[in-house]
Amino acid sequence: MSVKSTAAKPRTPRTGTRGGAKRREGEPELVQLLTPEGERVQHSEYSIDLSPEELRGLYRDMVLTRRFDAEATSLQRQGELGLWASLLGQEAAQIGSGRATRPDDYVFPTYREHGVAWCRGVDPVNLLGMFRGVNHGGWDPNENNFQLYTIVIGSQTLHATGYAMGISKDGADSAVIAYFGDGASSQGDVAEAFTFAAVYNAPVVFFCQNNQWAISEPTEKQSRVPIYQRAAGFGFPGVRVDGNDVLAVLAVTRAALEHARSGQGPMLVEAFTYRMGAHTTSDDPTRYRLDEEREQWEHKDPILRLRTYLEKDGIADEAFFAGVEAESETLGKRVREAVRAMPDPDPMSIFENIYADGHALVDEERAQFAEYQASFTDSTEGH
Amino acid sequence: MATMTIAKALNEALRKSLETDPKVVLMGEDIGKLGGVFRITDGLHKDFGEQRVIDTPLAESGIVGTAIGLALRGYRPVVEIQFDGFVFPAYDQIVTQLAKMHARALGKIKLPVVIRIPYGGGIGAVEHHSESPEAYFAHTAGLKVVSPSTPQDAYWMLQQAIDSDDPVIFLEPKRRYWDKGEVDTEGIPAPLHKARTALEGTDLTLAAYGPMVKVCLEAAAAAAEEGRSLEVVDLRSLSPLDFDAVQASVEKTRRLVVVHEAPVQLGMGAEIAARITERCFYHLEAPVLRVGGFHAPYPPARVEEEYLPGLDRVLDAVDRSLAF
Repeated sequence: MSVKSTAAKPRTPRTGTRGGAKRREGEPELVQLLTPEGERVQHSEYSIDLSPEELRGLYRDMVLTRRFDAEATSLQRQGELGLWASLLGQEAAQIGSGRATRPDDYVFPTYREHGVAWCRGVDPVNLLGMFRGVNHGGWDPNENNFQLYTIVIGSQTLHATGYAMGISKDGADSAVIAYFGDGASSQGDVAEAFTFAAVYNAPVVFFCQNNQWAISEPTEKQSRVPIYQRAAGFGFPGVRVDGNDVLAVLAVTRAALEHARSGQGPMLVEAFTYRMGAHTTSDDPTRYRLDEEREQWEHKDPILRLRTYLEKDGIADEAFFAGVEAESETLGKRVREAVRAMPDPDPMSIFENIYADGHALVDEERAQFAEYQASFTDSTEGH
Repeated sequence: MATMTIAKALNEALRKSLETDPKVVLMGEDIGKLGGVFRITDGLHKDFGEQRVIDTPLAESGIVGTAIGLALRGYRPVVEIQFDGFVFPAYDQIVTQLAKMHARALGKIKLPVVIRIPYGGGIGAVEHHSESPEAYFAHTAGLKVVSPSTPQDAYWMLQQAIDSDDPVIFLEPKRRYWDKGEVDTEGIPAPLHKARTALEGTDLTLAAYGPMVKVCLEAAAAAAEEGRSLEVVDLRSLSPLDFDAVQASVEKTRRLVVVHEAPVQLGMGAEIAARITERCFYHLEAPVLRVGGFHAPYPPARVEEEYLPGLDRVLDAVDRSLAF
């Protein structure tokens, strides 16, 4: 796959057509391979050739991810989760990029990468522990090369860069992908990650899901230039892709990862998408954005456009869509039951895993707390 | 046995660690060709190359953040923060990420990162070059905090910190870098998190660490001339802190003065006073006293000698304790 070699040069937004995709008035330049109407188009620099099975697989991934996400939102409403950060609307950005990774690549997510986790083979149930309040993550990052969710905005981009520096030292040919959002692009850590990655030519792809909103603040409050253009100032290529076009995201992320693996250093991908729901279940978007904006983005729905394409080109039939639908209901049910059965942690677990080699104060406080708990139980029994 | 400065002992310790473990990498500003502003990494870049001794961009959060990433990849990064006052840009990565990731992963990952910080005053420096930030780190679960006061401890404690699977904040008493002492590079080192009795005594315990151990030993020598026998405990490790050793000493002497450069307000001395009061209430003849910095920004160099606890301020506290 060809990789844009001149992208590191500062680029000014152009008008007119790029590749085969017609650019709409007032919309940014971006890589697109599937229009919102489900029309397959070509791009001069990025292309993709997928088998019918792979295309159906992407559809299935997105539907199951959306179903899981909806189930989690419901579970929050039912009081089973304390909070949920929905990815609604960002399925293509996550599935496209997640499916671009190889097993030996390493993923550093934010707290909203449920679709990427799905692609990496992380059981969706594992993602819910922290939102239920039974742990702070808890899965083994090395099992699927998928790091724990990071809540502090942008911190993980540095971890990803350091990990990628380690890959270089090892002489390995894998790559790292670091997820972050439009809000995180303002963080100093992200700028430092760009600097370190560029200076050490680290094999890391910075994948920004620009979903237009950082809680209540629009992207204009974060940047005066399109986010992908920031890469140029650090000396590596940046590209904006239609984040609701799973084919384009897959093609661009594959190219970016290959760019990193082949020793050409970091790359920034800005997936231009939209957060269809609230920031989290605690948020109320009606206070800061208009319904009309959301409605406009509904026409660009990532799942609908792929389905239109699959139907139109005879790549999938009704039986397939019904099968995915049934599978998604099974998944929802499994997740629901698993979350409801998730036990609260033992209070004594507060003292576990703080240190790898132990700590005298932790031991002392654990013993005191255990004694306190025991005394409470004893006095109850005494009555 | 070899005689060397604390700086040389640290340099030798880093060399030994680089030699014995290929996963050890050093990171920091100016640690390469320059050998660090205090020359602690002198010669290491030349002998181990830029893949092992990494000159970094001037960004402390970036240094610690990428060190975390390297640790996740299986490396054992040893980070140098150039001066105490410059650790704060990295404070977020240290406290929210480095300290907590092992717990976040329920123990499934380890973060063997050492953060070396030259700390403390007394070198006539400009602002931000003389601070004692140990309490910020000792307050944070998930971190270990140690500080050597002798070349012997500098040599061994740094190697032990690098061997540790936990993140260690390694505080180097910068004004003692050029103090010399004997180093036994062959023997078996003391455990990293145990205190050391620097001087035995019977009348009062002085507890200190890092740069203040020397001041306390000098105070004990002066007190001895007046017929008072002071015990000096070099704490060495601040998290965990060897309260058992302090307790044993206080049960013997019945009096305790804690000495550090850092402000006494919510400092290590406050914690020691609280815990020792709990543990030794019926042994104490006087309240635990603290000698340390004031609740003021570290002052300009021309008055730092007045600000820093010196021999006289320590002896003043000793007098007050004994007068109880």
